[in-house]
Amino acid sequence: MSAPQSLSYRQLFWQVMHRDLKVAVHNKGDILNPLIFLVIVITLFPLGVGPETNLLTRIAPGIIWVAALLSALLSLERLFKNDYSDGSLEQMLLSPQPLFIMVLAKISAHWLLTGLPIILIAPLLALMLHMEPLAYPALMITLALGTPVLSLIGAIGVALTVGLKKGGVLLSLLILPLYIPVLIFATAAIEAAALNMPYSGHIAIISALLVLALTLSPFAVSAALRVSTN
Amino acid sequence: MWKWLHPYAKPERSYQLASTLLPWFAISSIVLLVIGAVWGLAFAPAELYQKEYYRIIYIHVPSATLSMSVYMAMATAVLISMVWQLKLADAAAAAMAPIGATLTATALITGAIWGAPSWGTSWVWDARLTSYLILLFLYLGVIALHNAFEDKALASRAAGILTLVGVVNIPIIKYSVEWWNTLHQTATISKLSAPSMSSEMLWPLLTNILAFALMIGALTLIRFKNEVLARNAMRPWVRELAAKVGDK
Repeated sequence: MSAPQSLSYRQLFWQVMHRDLKVAVHNKGDILNPLIFLVIVITLFPLGVGPETNLLTRIAPGIIWVAALLSALLSLERLFKNDYSDGSLEQMLLSPQPLFIMVLAKISAHWLLTGLPIILIAPLLALMLHMEPLAYPALMITLALGTPVLSLIGAIGVALTVGLKKGGVLLSLLILPLYIPVLIFATAAIEAAALNMPYSGHIAIISALLVLALTLSPFAVSAALRVSTN
Repeated sequence: MWKWLHPYAKPERSYQLASTLLPWFAISSIVLLVIGAVWGLAFAPAELYQKEYYRIIYIHVPSATLSMSVYMAMATAVLISMVWQLKLADAAAAAMAPIGATLTATALITGAIWGAPSWGTSWVWDARLTSYLILLFLYLGVIALHNAFEDKALASRAAGILTLVGVVNIPIIKYSVEWWNTLHQTATISKLSAPSMSSEMLWPLLTNILAFALMIGALTLIRFKNEVLARNAMRPWVRELAAKVGDK
């Protein structure tokens, strides 16, 4: 028995991603709000700790990364929520195509919509926080390698909580601890770069985390979705 | 092995086995706890620099070592339930989560109390301490996920996935000492051949580690029995059991 029209894995990936991007373009708030949240959180820090340039230079990497974590958390909730409530998630689970490819496509779309804008806006935020100019490349590299990890790990938490009514607070409890290694190595790399020291080791570890998350997380997400849609 | 193991997939048999094992674990753990505590607190020699207050090691080290072991045991139980579909393993994993969380909290609190006089600070953001804090958060996440679902079987599957994801964190804890060698001293008793601790101090410590392990076993059995009863509350054997207890 052959399927009427079978999709190759690549076609499947592009189709799901294309669909998610199209849906997101219709709800622009979903893309913009986490970004505005990020900028506001960054603005709060100088107001909270004082406007001294030296102090801000010291804490800039940490602030930017913590704010990026929080805004990722904020944007993650909608990753599966709408598909879950309108039933299309269930159709995906029922379809004969491998689930982890669809999951990977959805996560990639999510990263394009929320991770990429953070990377693009990061130099501006770093400028506002008087970050050491030497550290800019490190900031960009760690964000480019680190934000996909945030989307990939976060998706596991979202998949576990999508069926729950009050999943939001629980989501942060589940995935923020798992974000800690990324945060540690990213900020360590930026601080090393600011001191003009080599930081390739940190970058290598973040890359390793990315590869690990990229290979394992879609399977964990698929398993979690099957539990949630039970 | 499967022939031998198979009857225990039935909740009733597992419940009976847990009931038979419980007194052995309970009695041996109480005896060893008393021996270890008296030996360590009263008879072991005082340390050269830390004088008497080093004795908190007899609580700190067992709870710290075993808090990680409990997580591994939990992950093993989850894996068994996922691979071989033995749903009772889920009950065991659910039973172990709060015990592990308590042990981790104990390790952190005793560590803070111990650190205040010996390091001059109760908390440093050192890699090992931070990893234990993350371990505590992981336990709390697993427990929260268990409580978030109405259906216990569903809750166990969800929490199981989270447990396995958290296992990735365990090697980071393990190797953190070698990665960032900061304030925390490196492992003392892992190399059993030549421990950097005098044997008069080491033996009560090992006694206490064994006692804690048996205590965890006993607590797990008690909680496992409760979990099995809660998950099978509608089964005839549970009703019979309840009626029997009610008659007494």
